[in-house]
Amino acid sequence: MSSAILWAPLAFGLVGLFLPARAVGWWATLGTIATLGLAVAAALGFESGSSALQYAVDEPWISGLGVDYSLGIDGLNLFLILLTAVLWVGGVAFAAFREQERPKTFYFLMLVAETATLGAFLAQDLLLFVLFFDLMLVPFYFLFGAWGHDRTAEGGLTASAATLKMIVYTLIGSLLMLVAAIATAVLAADGGNLSFSLAYLNEHGLGHGSQQWIFWFFAAAFLVKMPAFLLHGWMPDAYRAAPLPALIVFSGVLAKVGAYGFLRVVLPLFPDATVEFQEAILLIALASILYGSVMAFTQTNVRLIAGYSSVAQLGFITAGIFALRADGSDGAVLQMVNHGLVVAPTFVIVALLLERTGTEDIREMGWMALRAPVLAALFLIVALATLAMPGSANFVGEFYILNGLFQEKIVFAFVAISGVAMSAYYALRLFQGTMHNRPASVQNQGLLSREIGVRDALVLVPLVLCIVGLALYPQLILERTAPKVQQTVAHVQGGESPEAKLASKP
Amino acid sequence: MNFNEPHIDYAGISPLIALTVGVCVVLLSAVFKPLRRTAPLLTMITLGAAAGLLIWQWDDPKTLITGALRLDDLAISISLISILTAAFCVLLSVRERATEEAGSGEYHALLLGSVLGMTMLAQATNLVSFFVALETLSIPLYILCATNLRREGSLESGLKYLIVGSIGSATLLYGMAFLYGGTGSTGFAGIAQGIAHQGLAGDPLILIGIAMAAVGLAFKTSIAPFHQWTPDVYQGAPTPITSFMAVATKAAAFAVFLRFFVVALGPSAGDWQPALAALAAISIVVGNVGALGQDSLKRLLGYSGIAQAGYMLGGVVVASEAGTSSLVFYLAAYVFMNLAAFSVIVARERETVFGDDIRGVRGLGAERPLLAWPLTISMLALAGLPATAGFIGKLYLIEALVEGDYTWLAVFIAVGTMISLAYYLRVVAAMWMRPETERVPGTQPVIAGASPEADPVDPEAGRRWYIVGPALLAAAATVFFGIVPQPLVEFASHAGAALFG
Repeated sequence: MSSAILWAPLAFGLVGLFLPARAVGWWATLGTIATLGLAVAAALGFESGSSALQYAVDEPWISGLGVDYSLGIDGLNLFLILLTAVLWVGGVAFAAFREQERPKTFYFLMLVAETATLGAFLAQDLLLFVLFFDLMLVPFYFLFGAWGHDRTAEGGLTASAATLKMIVYTLIGSLLMLVAAIATAVLAADGGNLSFSLAYLNEHGLGHGSQQWIFWFFAAAFLVKMPAFLLHGWMPDAYRAAPLPALIVFSGVLAKVGAYGFLRVVLPLFPDATVEFQEAILLIALASILYGSVMAFTQTNVRLIAGYSSVAQLGFITAGIFALRADGSDGAVLQMVNHGLVVAPTFVIVALLLERTGTEDIREMGWMALRAPVLAALFLIVALATLAMPGSANFVGEFYILNGLFQEKIVFAFVAISGVAMSAYYALRLFQGTMHNRPASVQNQGLLSREIGVRDALVLVPLVLCIVGLALYPQLILERTAPKVQQTVAHVQGGESPEAKLASKP
Repeated sequence: MNFNEPHIDYAGISPLIALTVGVCVVLLSAVFKPLRRTAPLLTMITLGAAAGLLIWQWDDPKTLITGALRLDDLAISISLISILTAAFCVLLSVRERATEEAGSGEYHALLLGSVLGMTMLAQATNLVSFFVALETLSIPLYILCATNLRREGSLESGLKYLIVGSIGSATLLYGMAFLYGGTGSTGFAGIAQGIAHQGLAGDPLILIGIAMAAVGLAFKTSIAPFHQWTPDVYQGAPTPITSFMAVATKAAAFAVFLRFFVVALGPSAGDWQPALAALAAISIVVGNVGALGQDSLKRLLGYSGIAQAGYMLGGVVVASEAGTSSLVFYLAAYVFMNLAAFSVIVARERETVFGDDIRGVRGLGAERPLLAWPLTISMLALAGLPATAGFIGKLYLIEALVEGDYTWLAVFIAVGTMISLAYYLRVVAAMWMRPETERVPGTQPVIAGASPEADPVDPEAGRRWYIVGPALLAAAATVFFGIVPQPLVEFASHAGAALFG
């Protein structure tokens, strides 16, 4: 099952190379839907209330080097896999409704990207994880660079320069991670046979001293990917350059791989260093919340508003993980899914607005609510979820995160709360600016009115329905993730189980 | 008088015999007019025969010619790498200007001569056979670099390589003299015994000898700071020869680097390990930084080769079985990564007037996907991205380094790889993405070699089987061994076991 989920997109992508250019978009959409079907089947058969690895596959891959082809699904990655599958259907279908240049290569790369991302989530072998983590970048490099937008007219970078910046930033992190991963395995084997299996490394802990530097090598890779404050330099240029179908999945899923890496790799393998550097990471997380929020207030490009709001949201998620309590991490997993589900429709709406107004500048948008009420209503739901309105799943997620943080580090929690308040401001500003504002320039007014079409509704409505569904029943995620999260966090705390009961009741 | 006939293991020296016969036959074929066109075919047959004879003796180590040579799995694997590279080179040389100008028979005979030197060098276990093999390898290459007779750049390349190569050889020879003087033996095992048992481990004479030998080999493997010749020679030489030099010479020189340092100088490993590690680090920095601004793809690959040599030297530094295996794996992967790129460069040199300039590959993604994909895969593999053999190679090397307590060098490799992305991806971007803002006229680089009109332009070169075939084959192998590395890992681990098992 795990293997089928992993390779289905790639298989469809390879076949797509041999189809006529007209059909390849629909074929790719079919591929993502098939993958989603497999992921849903896996979720339905998932045994909740268990922290064990399910659908596990474990075959030796490179036996001489101790690398296994080892996959599996548990509470940490189940919903991230579903999220990936859902958003890729949205992104690919959105693209399929439109003309693409060189469609065969475009959809091939989109599907390769899905396989790589699913691989990073599914991998249960440290080296396989690193491999997929790096591999994710390659298709996005081509997608952003070759199908992206040059921003030289606005004082920005060309698409290829922006993507180069992105890939250099992110690979700096991941190459150091490769060295760190190998060092972890070599130190854990202690002269015996090498193994990169996460389960094995979990049992054979590292010494305190080596945990310290290895921790930072991993943390650097994950923080760049998120991106966290100070390591976010690639984000604005890359977000502006990216083609929107690719950006929908990129913003929705890739950032989560970084946060997921902390939960999957760093907390279990380097518990001592995690406790030691807890406050350092929390500081970075808080800085990301504040910086991301403030930038989201002040930007006028709608892509960047969404991009910086992601920085803030990922800061929240990191803070939740590094509360090192079961409720904080539960909230973080929930919030990863929530954020993916709100940021992807935001970019779909950005794309629709761009088609209607021809601009990405919030000052020149507006007047949409009256002329496209359905679109505005859909956007309202997304915006309210972004600001974590009580009743939304985001509210539950943020509540858990803050609850965990309050119990552990009350000072940090107070600062983090300001982030909740600020998210209300930037989410509403984005909504009002695009839907209600009367634009300063008059010449755009004639272009404004167009209701959302059936095709785009087919993309957008299911995503919004996911948000609504989760708002009604967040336990769907919580009860499946809680056991594994508790186990992970308890391991860091040295076996003493924290007040984990809270986690099973919202 | 009683004459004792020495025992000769004809099976063991059969690959050398096959190559020697091949050199003679190919050279003679040039004399007879009807046979002139058969030189490439005869060369391929010779290479195939030598490869077959080598594979026949796989896993059957033996000492030959009273200890001058040792045919073990390390020697066989490196020889096979050289032979494979030569076979690619023969295909890429079809219709190459240089082969016609220098004479097809002579060109191919020289190529085979160089392969003969490499096969011997990989087996050498004695200072004399070591040096003779090294010169057998080098001298044909000096000439081959200059075979593009009507291009100034090619002649300059040959001359430069001759002078610098001779300095390297002389330094090496001087170092050997010190080692012989100190230990009283020319055999690698004898030198090791001498150092170990006569208490010579920290002796200044031995240290000078080691240093000079290291410098001499560093010249051959283009390790910085002894690399200055590399970009110029690579750029000037005919491209098929550049590809052969870049891969096969490196493989053979690293084979003897391993054997000489691990077997002969093993007892003083503590002295040379830090020094070689420092050279590796310098090479990584110099190569990667030097490649950044290059517009000529051959120069770019030259600098990248310097950096890659730095990575590979890490496999020698740790002096362990894992290090040897990882180095052989990397060399094998390096054949495919590099030849995919060089095949595309050969095609574009003949198709366009840009020579090997990066402008020659602009827009290749839309125009010639069959050429663009191999070059893309090659660049991504050289940059060590996953799903290519380059990633597994780096993984293997870093694993060996960390196990051998050289984690800092592993970090250096990671940092070097990051820098390298900037220039590898620039090539990829030129092929697939919109052109960068045009340069100001006048600052454009001079096209490699001489005037573009002198070059025969064959607009169909990129569709010829003998160019597209090698390119696709090498690219496919790069991806294949990135996904299914196990066979190549086994191959490499045999080589590692040969030296340490």
